Amino acid sequence: MSFFGKLTLESIPYHEPIIMVTLAVVGVIGLVIAALITKHQKWGVLWHDWLTSVDHKRLGIMYILLALVMLIRGFSDAIMMRTQQALATNGAAGYLPPEHYDQIFTAHGVIMIIFMAMPFMIGLMNLILPLQIGARDVAFPFLNNLSFWLTTSGAVLINISLGLGEFAKTGWVAYPPLSELAYSPGVGVDYYIWALQISGIGTTLTGVNFIATVLKMRAPGMKLMQMPIFTWTCTWANILIVASFPILTAVLGLLTLDRYLDFHFFTNDGGGNAMMYINLFWAWGHPEVYILILPAFGIFSEVISTFTSKRLFGYSSMVWASGAISILGFIVWLHHFFTMGSSANVNAFFGVMTMVIAVPTGVKLFNWLFTIYRGRLRITVPVLWTLGFMVTFTIGGMTGVLLAVPGADYVLHNSLFLIAHFHNTILGGAVFGYMAGFAFWFPKAMGFHLNERLGKASFWCWQVGFYVAFMPLYVLGFLGMTRRINHTDNPAWNFWIYFAAVGAFIILAGIILQFVQLYVSFRDREQNLDTTGDPWNGHTLEWSTSSPPQFYNFAKLPHVTDIDAFTDMKEKGQAYQREQAYQPIHMPKNTASGIFMAACITAVGFAAIWHIWWLAIAGLASAFVLFLVRAYDNDVDYYVQPDEVTRIEHAHLDNVVRG
Amino acid sequence: MSIAIQADLHVAHSDEHEHHDTSGNTLFGFWIYLMTDCILFASVFATYAVLFMNTDGGVSGKDIFELDFVLIETAALLVSSITYGVAMICAKHQKKAATLGWLLITFALGCVFIGMEVYEFHHLIEHGNGPDRSAFLSAFFALVGMHGLHVTAGLIWMLIMMVEVLTTGLTNRSVTRLSCLSLFWHFLDIVWVCVFTVVYLLGAL
Repeated sequence: MSFFGKLTLESIPYHEPIIMVTLAVVGVIGLVIAALITKHQKWGVLWHDWLTSVDHKRLGIMYILLALVMLIRGFSDAIMMRTQQALATNGAAGYLPPEHYDQIFTAHGVIMIIFMAMPFMIGLMNLILPLQIGARDVAFPFLNNLSFWLTTSGAVLINISLGLGEFAKTGWVAYPPLSELAYSPGVGVDYYIWALQISGIGTTLTGVNFIATVLKMRAPGMKLMQMPIFTWTCTWANILIVASFPILTAVLGLLTLDRYLDFHFFTNDGGGNAMMYINLFWAWGHPEVYILILPAFGIFSEVISTFTSKRLFGYSSMVWASGAISILGFIVWLHHFFTMGSSANVNAFFGVMTMVIAVPTGVKLFNWLFTIYRGRLRITVPVLWTLGFMVTFTIGGMTGVLLAVPGADYVLHNSLFLIAHFHNTILGGAVFGYMAGFAFWFPKAMGFHLNERLGKASFWCWQVGFYVAFMPLYVLGFLGMTRRINHTDNPAWNFWIYFAAVGAFIILAGIILQFVQLYVSFRDREQNLDTTGDPWNGHTLEWSTSSPPQFYNFAKLPHVTDIDAFTDMKEKGQAYQREQAYQPIHMPKNTASGIFMAACITAVGFAAIWHIWWLAIAGLASAFVLFLVRAYDNDVDYYVQPDEVTRIEHAHLDNVVRG
Repeated sequence: MSIAIQADLHVAHSDEHEHHDTSGNTLFGFWIYLMTDCILFASVFATYAVLFMNTDGGVSGKDIFELDFVLIETAALLVSSITYGVAMICAKHQKKAATLGWLLITFALGCVFIGMEVYEFHHLIEHGNGPDRSAFLSAFFALVGMHGLHVTAGLIWMLIMMVEVLTTGLTNRSVTRLSCLSLFWHFLDIVWVCVFTVVYLLGAL
């Protein structure tokens, strides 16, 4: 074994022009960004105020930035797949050879779920949840920073795979025996394993952190059944995270043992059982989709009740419906493989349980409708996303119930009908929710408004593009087209394949418009400042702070007596009160430990992928030493003095009066 | 990851009154982490339950388990839980020397356990019954080995805590950390009781 393990110069795919051009573009963009930071002398700000920050709001913004970057990567994969399929009809080869195409669909799935949707969701939760419960930060701020960097570490690994070696060609589920060494001898599956493993541990720690935060750090007076609904749905999602992500950790660990140490868990020989992997994978994978969707449900609830200026209809039924979905989410995993060949009774049980999930979901939908009923709905960008969701997700839910019938599933399994279904729910449900939350909380996070016209234009592109891109896939599924096909030769499919490709380009227009919206809004920010901190006449405590909120969130912890705590304060005339004297505020100091530890762990992952064992040991040892240094560092906190708090608070309240 | 929560231990914050005691938060957070660990073990237990019959023509549990040996191993770990409990009582009463003494005994018992496990593994591999032999042996080595890795991590942690107590004494911080390690240690004991029952006792039948 050489000094660099399996790594050689031939590991760089020189012969792939698409990859080389991509790398060149990424390199140029990176240089431009670095040059801009240097020109504006922002390296210090970047390091001291952002990368090393333990502030949940800044971590939230960084999570969302990570999600947006990975959205570009994941969407590039999507548009390549759609164009490849459109060009490779009637027996043509298209422009992507199978070994490249297979990596693309695997990367698309992994990136969109693990590195786009998850960071987006966790970003919004970081940004808003502590504010909603009237806390100054999360229970473990340093751990929060570390979680972010572990997630980023996974993202870094998956991006390295683009220019060094290959990514898995197995599909995003990496089923054995295909993902075993015998059939995937390259480093692709190892990239998959380590990227997911490291970011998964980060996510588990986030779940632990936020459960402790919600249960231990609520503002005085706030009972559990007075928590804002977004906080509640995030809490259910966090319970799902701590209950399901360890299963992913375990199953990836077992696959690692198979690939690295010749164990026989999932191999064809030695008595291994591949179905064991598939069961464990979905015992994580199914709760995972509810982890994605439940916070989105919370966002829609907040948006609807805010923009109708009404109290949310059926608050407690919403909380319990989320709980029911969380529990049911754990007893339906087998519907991902009805074709495994379990007995009819087993399949029937999982089929029925799957259909039952439609009940609490239906409860939610009616709650939103009843909240709108006789309200005066203001049609803003977040509301558009919500209305788009309500229609789109209902269709996705109904096709899900259809797939839950084991008999029907035997026909539709692995077909494009399934692809259409889960994009219908994850895109039309979770992603639309994050977009709504992005537009809703953007002024809170950044202190200025997003451009409404461009936001609406972007929404319509997404909405129309979604239907044009995915409705044809339902048809193609019925016509017998299976997923992950590189090229086709069936005239009956052609029209629908072209149709779907057009849809992908309409969504592309939507994404471009979103980035244009960000640019225009940033350029015109001085005219669109949110000086009050409460741009939408909001119900919950995050709107009682300035925009962006002070680093300590609340100068004086609010006393909560109602679900809509801030509306309650406004009605009682207790909002925006000037305090005579403030107490000193105890705050954690920023730390570089998290980013350094995650850098070491990234090195460990990279070393494990390429079998560079000295680097793996060195990385692990360094991470451990860094941890010890952090654990015995006594300089980790400080006090914000009352006069500084007074100055900041009075400046904000003067702004509110002027606004 | 258990230790990462620990690093947040003394980052006190978020209370209007100064120096709010966050050790309650830390213990609670650590307890939730242990629940995730519990599910990690549950997943591997499930794997063992599915694969333990798949011996691929090789040895089965009945052929390789020596209950007398495992009984001594088990006794060492169970007694170490008791001695750790005594160490915690001493820590609560601020008896530094006694705490260190009982921690040392716990540490020694933990080393006995790990030593015996390493011996058992070595013995099996030497006779061609390594984890690459069959799915049953893969699952056995993974489950027992994962517990062993946890115990080893606990021993390293215990060593660090002994140095901390020796140098800084039984501060609020060190007692909270000892309490977390206590939860961890007892948790590993419970997991071992399940391993002993499911793997060794049922396997030797």
